[in-house]
Amino acid sequence: MTEVKKVESLTKKDIINTYFRSTFMLGSFNFERMQAIGVAVTMIPAIKRFYHKKDDQAAALKRHLEFFNTTPWPASAIFGVTAAMEQKKAESGDIDEAAITNVKIGLMGPLAGIGDPIYWGTARPILAALGASLAISGSILGPLLFFFGINIIRFLTRWYGFKVGYNQGTDIVQDVAGNRLKKLTQMASVLGLFVMGSLVSKWTSIKMPLVLVSYKQAGKVVDTTMQSILDSLLPGLVALLMTFACMWLLKHKVNAIWIIFGMFVVGILGYWAGIFGL
Amino acid sequence: MNTMQFILVILVALICGMASVLDERQFHRPLVACTLIGLVLGDLQTGIILGGQLELIALGWMNVGAAMAPDSALASTISAIIVIVGHQSIGEGIAIAIPLAAAGQVLTIFVRTITVFFQHQADHFAAEANFRGVEWCHIGGLLLQGLRVAIPTGAVAAIAGTSLVSQWLDAIPTVITHGLQVSGGFIVVVGYAMVINMMKARALMPFFFIGFTLATFMTGINLVGLGILGACAAVIYVQLNPDFHDSIKAPAAATNVGSDDDDVLG
Repeated sequence: MTEVKKVESLTKKDIINTYFRSTFMLGSFNFERMQAIGVAVTMIPAIKRFYHKKDDQAAALKRHLEFFNTTPWPASAIFGVTAAMEQKKAESGDIDEAAITNVKIGLMGPLAGIGDPIYWGTARPILAALGASLAISGSILGPLLFFFGINIIRFLTRWYGFKVGYNQGTDIVQDVAGNRLKKLTQMASVLGLFVMGSLVSKWTSIKMPLVLVSYKQAGKVVDTTMQSILDSLLPGLVALLMTFACMWLLKHKVNAIWIIFGMFVVGILGYWAGIFGL
Repeated sequence: MNTMQFILVILVALICGMASVLDERQFHRPLVACTLIGLVLGDLQTGIILGGQLELIALGWMNVGAAMAPDSALASTISAIIVIVGHQSIGEGIAIAIPLAAAGQVLTIFVRTITVFFQHQADHFAAEANFRGVEWCHIGGLLLQGLRVAIPTGAVAAIAGTSLVSQWLDAIPTVITHGLQVSGGFIVVVGYAMVINMMKARALMPFFFIGFTLATFMTGINLVGLGILGACAAVIYVQLNPDFHDSIKAPAAATNVGSDDDDVLG
């Protein structure tokens, strides 16, 4: 058994410093180890607080320069857990390096599974859609609503994520796997998909003025356009089909930018041929 | 554009470029970036409107895992400058924003590859417990990302007021510009498709169709109304979902609806 040393906990100042650093965690994103340097830089206040020997500090830095990639905002919870484990390691030394790395790697995947649908799939698109709908008419409220709304969510996630992680330590692993977060993720997914569905209908505009049939009725020419036939079937059908086509293409690893260029070609050719109208 | 505005434009572009890799404070989203460029150039209104239009197109653009999304930062800054200083229509601005998003994506991939060098430098500094050194490697990567947007934006800002840009844009035939505007009406679905695919929840797709049908046939309902309906559906779904009733269902039998099927279209 190793003797237990007295190690100071993180101070309020350390936690604020860690929060500030965590907001830059993606700065040096690279294709080799992704968010690694950002993680090390975020952990520096904790490393400085817990370790005072140069060798220990170097070892800790090296530990946190390993591959890391997850949804950035909730990653603060992982930093909290990691800080708690580093503190334990500094105190008694009976946590080995591999344990810290394993917890980090182990939380990365599940956390991205929760974070991506909640933040990128629901919170940001919905706030952005709301903001954009105001901005289109020229209202400054649009950008303000989006900017402050999303940043409040971001701040709360990072601040309380770190606190909960640091206080609970490895107990948080059960939380991440537990039902409460799964519930939240499912709720976000339902809301996100619901709103996406309504946007497909509301925020696309496809006009097809191509006249298919023209006949005279009581002296007036009545045109049956492609639009009117499709509308009587289901308005927004073309947009719905296009969405499915995009989903299929994305699923088959076609880069989004090529799909966008493809749609430009469709738009230009369609306009030239008279199928699409302005 | 006077010198002060020129400097401010580059500063905004630098912040947007850094934000695009950080994905933190969202300065790189069109809604914010175009508004800021508009503010700096003295035409806030146009910036806001262009930002709103571009935001719709970019709604689902996101970096998930190692996959890179089209770059909204470069697209927003340059198209806002072209529209405001080059006196072009919003439609024209949107049309040029898309190739710019592609160019920005290529540039960020390039920078993210170069940053591997900083990663290895950081290893050396870490071995010596040199905290400052590791921090500088981090800042180096971040600054490169800022410059990748600031330099092209500065170049465009320098020539945007000249007749060169308007001549070049005028030379594009109308069938192209009108066609681009037509596709602007449905290009938004790419972003929606990205969001839907990312959710990986085939079992929840009925909610997508409910949303679609309600929005199609309930004329007059706005986004807030739809959001409330969606939130109610979410709560009811979770309340009724037997997966979350531990008392009546053995935990071993509980299956995760969301994660086991990642194929939406088969």
